[in-house]
Amino acid sequence: MSTPRYWAPGPSATRVLAMILRYAYLLKDSWPRILELVYWPTVQLLMWGFISQYLASTTDLFAQAFGLFLSAVLLWDVLFRGQLGVSLSFFEEMWSRNLGHLMVSPLRPSEFIGALLTMSLVRTLIGMVPASFLAMWFFGYSVYDLGLSLIVFFINLIVMGWAFGIAVSGLVLRWGLGAESLAWAAVFAISPLCGVYYPIDVLPTWVQPISNALPASYVFEGMRSILLEHTVRWDLMLTASLLNVAYLSGGVCLFFVYLTAARKRGTLLQLGE
Amino acid sequence: MSFPAIEVSGLTKTFDEVTAVNDLNLRVEGGELVGLLGGNGAGKTTTIGMILGLVLPDKGTIRVLGHDMARHRYRALPRMNFSSPYVDLPRRLTVAQNLGVYARLYGLRDVKARINRFSRELDMEEFIDRPVGTLSAGQKTRVAIAKSLINDPDLLLLDEPTASLDPDTADWVRSYLESYQARTGAAILLASHNMAEVERLCSNVLMMREGKLVDEGHPAELISRYGRTNMEEVFLDVARGRGWDAEAVRESGS
Repeated sequence: MSTPRYWAPGPSATRVLAMILRYAYLLKDSWPRILELVYWPTVQLLMWGFISQYLASTTDLFAQAFGLFLSAVLLWDVLFRGQLGVSLSFFEEMWSRNLGHLMVSPLRPSEFIGALLTMSLVRTLIGMVPASFLAMWFFGYSVYDLGLSLIVFFINLIVMGWAFGIAVSGLVLRWGLGAESLAWAAVFAISPLCGVYYPIDVLPTWVQPISNALPASYVFEGMRSILLEHTVRWDLMLTASLLNVAYLSGGVCLFFVYLTAARKRGTLLQLGE
Repeated sequence: MSFPAIEVSGLTKTFDEVTAVNDLNLRVEGGELVGLLGGNGAGKTTTIGMILGLVLPDKGTIRVLGHDMARHRYRALPRMNFSSPYVDLPRRLTVAQNLGVYARLYGLRDVKARINRFSRELDMEEFIDRPVGTLSAGQKTRVAIAKSLINDPDLLLLDEPTASLDPDTADWVRSYLESYQARTGAAILLASHNMAEVERLCSNVLMMREGKLVDEGHPAELISRYGRTNMEEVFLDVARGRGWDAEAVRESGS
């Protein structure tokens, strides 16, 4: 063998794009997958839209802030779809027993995560954008009226979803597909604590510190502040952002810890259905 | 300066109480086609997994193409590749899509031309646009080989490349590997249970038992050393721990 020809390059956008292409092929060639992405946000939106219409006809609060539930359901789905977008793309590699090939290719774990996050964003937008237009068409409510805050809400929620998605992927890497159900349970478990549809003040006192540690709690509080008080609470957004930095770092750390554990246990060659 | 393709020293791996690989030393030179033999549980797959970096060793060092795999794995990975029955390619993607994704992961240019070349060389034109999940075992093996050669690797690790193939397809795969090796001078480490395959392809054979390297040599040399007529008999001697003392083996009458 001669002197090595290649000097290992650093993180590569080409490899991230290759993985995005891999997931894009999967979506492109499967209309049921695309339909599924749109289906659940739409059903949720319609259900909460009609509930809101009914409540608005009977309650002053909802008459004044008709979009309260509709905004909440749309934003909650950003968090939920953000997490699922990461986990399900990762599970595709487990289901197809392809992880071994990826891990011996030049693809680095950080690039892999980059591709998972990008796909999560794409999948979330495919689900959310049609639902938001449907809200305008059916109920005359535009979530885009939240203005610049909507972008901050979206970023904070999807980042929190990514943190959970990466952590869940790490757990599945370590414990195998038996832990797959965590992908569905993880975010649902915290939904009562985030104050999606109600202020966290209504929660028992001993639960509130847990809620205060969740970035999403500040986002939904900020959303209510805009819709009910017409006040943009940047302090809440700053707290959510700082917490998200910690959550995302924690999720990535957990993934790397469990990747190392899987390599120690030799499970990367055996993972699959 | 030249490097061996693989240089393994003092490699040890224990899973719970079981020692899968025990103080293993081995060396594969560039341009060699080396067989890694041993019964089930001899430690072949774990060894290949550790060389690839999929499994972390407890002790020992691995250098691949001159790079220390513990510290500079990503310098070696672009120049190596592997195929194993324990991993698959995404079943819903077509053959061309799969090869295209891996070509890009290896940072290759002229992706389409490369896919066309493999499609012709490996006789995959008929099913190049079909999802991998719809292919027969023989067709899937061709695709797996195409994937493992997509980056024209200097080092190829193959774990049972012809397992579950009919004799005709298996023979075709062996011929293709022979021609690839002759054409490129790549090093190939081949784990196999097919002794005829090993006899035909390998210039050197490493015999493993209970995680250790117990013998090595050219197939003809091993057959002569064990006083046997073929590699299958040598394999049985090694797997049953009968050593290589030809006299003793002949006296045992088995």
